Amino acid sequence: MATNRAEAYHWPDARGHFGPYGGLFVPETLMRPLDELRQAYEHYLQQPEFLAELDADLRDYVGRPSPIYHAERWSRELGGAQIYLKREDLNHTGAHKVNNTIGQALLAKRMGKTRIIAETGAGQHGVASATVAARLGLECVVYMGEIDVARQEANVYRMRLLGAEVVSVKSGSRTLKDALNEAMRDWVTNVDNTFYIIGTVAGPHPYPAMVRDFQAVIGRESRAQMLERVGRLPDALVACVGGGSNAIGLFYPFLDDREVALIGVEAAGEGIETGHHAAPLCAGRPGVLHGSRTYLMEDPDGQIIETHSVSAGLDYPGVGPEHAWLKDSGRAQYVSVTDAEALAAFHVLTRTEGIIPALESSHALAQVIKLAPTLRPDQLILVNLSGRGDKDMHTVAAQEGLQL
Amino acid sequence: MSRIAARFADLAARGRTALIPFVTAGDPDLATTVPLMHAMVAAGADLIELGVPFSDPMADGPVIQRASERALAHHTRLRDVLDLVRQFRARDAATPVILMGYLNPVESMGYAGFAEAASAAGVDGILLVDAPPEESGELVTLLRQAGIDLVYLLAPTSDEDRIRKIGAVASGFVYYVAVKGVTGAGHLDLADVNAKLTAIRRLIPLPVGVGFGIKDAETAGQVAAMADAVIVGSAIVGRIEALTMKPEHIPGAIGDFLAGLRAAIDATDRARGLK
Ligand SMILES: Cc1ncc(COP(=O)(O)O)c(C=O)c1O
Repeated sequence: MATNRAEAYHWPDARGHFGPYGGLFVPETLMRPLDELRQAYEHYLQQPEFLAELDADLRDYVGRPSPIYHAERWSRELGGAQIYLKREDLNHTGAHKVNNTIGQALLAKRMGKTRIIAETGAGQHGVASATVAARLGLECVVYMGEIDVARQEANVYRMRLLGAEVVSVKSGSRTLKDALNEAMRDWVTNVDNTFYIIGTVAGPHPYPAMVRDFQAVIGRESRAQMLERVGRLPDALVACVGGGSNAIGLFYPFLDDREVALIGVEAAGEGIETGHHAAPLCAGRPGVLHGSRTYLMEDPDGQIIETHSVSAGLDYPGVGPEHAWLKDSGRAQYVSVTDAEALAAFHVLTRTEGIIPALESSHALAQVIKLAPTLRPDQLILVNLSGRGDKDMHTVAAQEGLQL
Repeated sequence: MSRIAARFADLAARGRTALIPFVTAGDPDLATTVPLMHAMVAAGADLIELGVPFSDPMADGPVIQRASERALAHHTRLRDVLDLVRQFRARDAATPVILMGYLNPVESMGYAGFAEAASAAGVDGILLVDAPPEESGELVTLLRQAGIDLVYLLAPTSDEDRIRKIGAVASGFVYYVAVKGVTGAGHLDLADVNAKLTAIRRLIPLPVGVGFGIKDAETAGQVAAMADAVIVGSAIVGRIEALTMKPEHIPGAIGDFLAGLRAAIDATDRARGLK
């Protein structure tokens, strides 16, 4: 993969730092459990038997490899680069989230844990966690902000069908960040028998590295598929960034391919200038939240501020620490698109290609609408279609004044 | 000798176990906090832990979460908390004050600026729940230079290795979290606590306080038999919550509650003195 070994990307360091970001900022009670988790992760991710089981599950249960699809009609209409979609929407449960929950659940089983907890925003990670818990016969509790419970009710019902308990979190801003706080509190209390499956590349070490490694299957497949199909690497990769797991999963295997531009897309909500957004990399500053140092949305006194995005899965005031580092080091660029731009892209892909994307993924698509016309027809963009839009029917209908 | 070290030395000489109440600064309003601190001292508090409100208190249970929300509803800032300490110091030069909270507000103020401002205000110790020694090298250096003690938590999950690591940076005292859980959680198992305290004492030469899960005078008395300090938070903050509409009654009510805890601790201390 690396063209120049000496410069090959090597983060995080032994203590979980990506440059000045990441680390382990947690209460003392969690220090030893996190160390145990780190050891298990480092051990099993080298172990052929574990990797074989993971691969078999990803193939037979998730349906991997997910295809790449050349969106010819859409490419033609935009009149620039050729656009390829990495079809994570075709995974079992409808998003990339399951790549990670399968991996972490296998670790939980190896570590002898009988109970799984998770936080969720859009509900995709909650569904993916409830799914693997059902399959492995583990107890599952999912924390979800009260506001998200209301706007993603179909996913709440799916989780309950799968046997999970969904706890509606009423503290703070009642969205994803508060669900994460509540899951941490549960973990501190029940750490002996409980495995906390974090759904993105945030949190204390080893989560950002571990979730990245489980999601990197997206980028490994994409790289091989592009080489096989087109005979070369794409000119640009585009992915939406909430916590950043689908983006890092796509980017990571390309980090040493310097000629490939990496573009992460944050949620600008009602517009960066209004302050109602969820774009810490574009408009925040570094601080410490949820176990790591990273870019945050905070007020001048260091209090975390409320975010806004039409998409529940991007409605988070922090971001994975590796993205903070990729931003500062210049290896990746981060941009933002508004609710309105994302909704427009949602409709365009649906009408042009017959694929209904998740609102999160629609942010990446909106950036493609800006980028593609600036490139030549022989240039290639690969965009991560991180999930499908079934869960967003209510939200989109409501935007048009309809009630389903 | 720091004000905290001096206070513990004096208590040890008198055979008295410390009582350390925790309240969130600015809960329910800024005007209540300083009179409340004086009332707690009058009722037998030996040191005070003052909570710095934070938007995402991930190690706190619902009672202290709500206290943070009440304080933040009227924008209690870290600099306001330092101001409260300064006001308290104007009338009480002896009782140590420890700020307890989360790293981000401190990081946001800047480590050097914070160390200087905290020292000038009369803060004696800092306990940052989410800043383990591994991540706080620079902060530790600056706080030490400013003469501020670094108080750390130890937990039931802390093994010998971690106890040693924390012993190497902690000063003033260490705080043993008696239950796996958040503040205000569950019930503590006295035998477990005693065993862990023995292990901690073998490795760390500082006084050891015990907190999390002490809700009443009876438990306070029992914990006093094994700890150098009894730390009580949620039981106090819950009583403050019940009086948010009548904040003028808070100092008196909390003083009465602490007097009950103090009496139970004194009884334990006397019994130990007779042995
Ligand atoms: C379909 C989809 N894409 C993206 C995200 C954002 O998460 P991340 O940035 O970790 O990929 C979510 C989160 O819920 C999601 O459901």
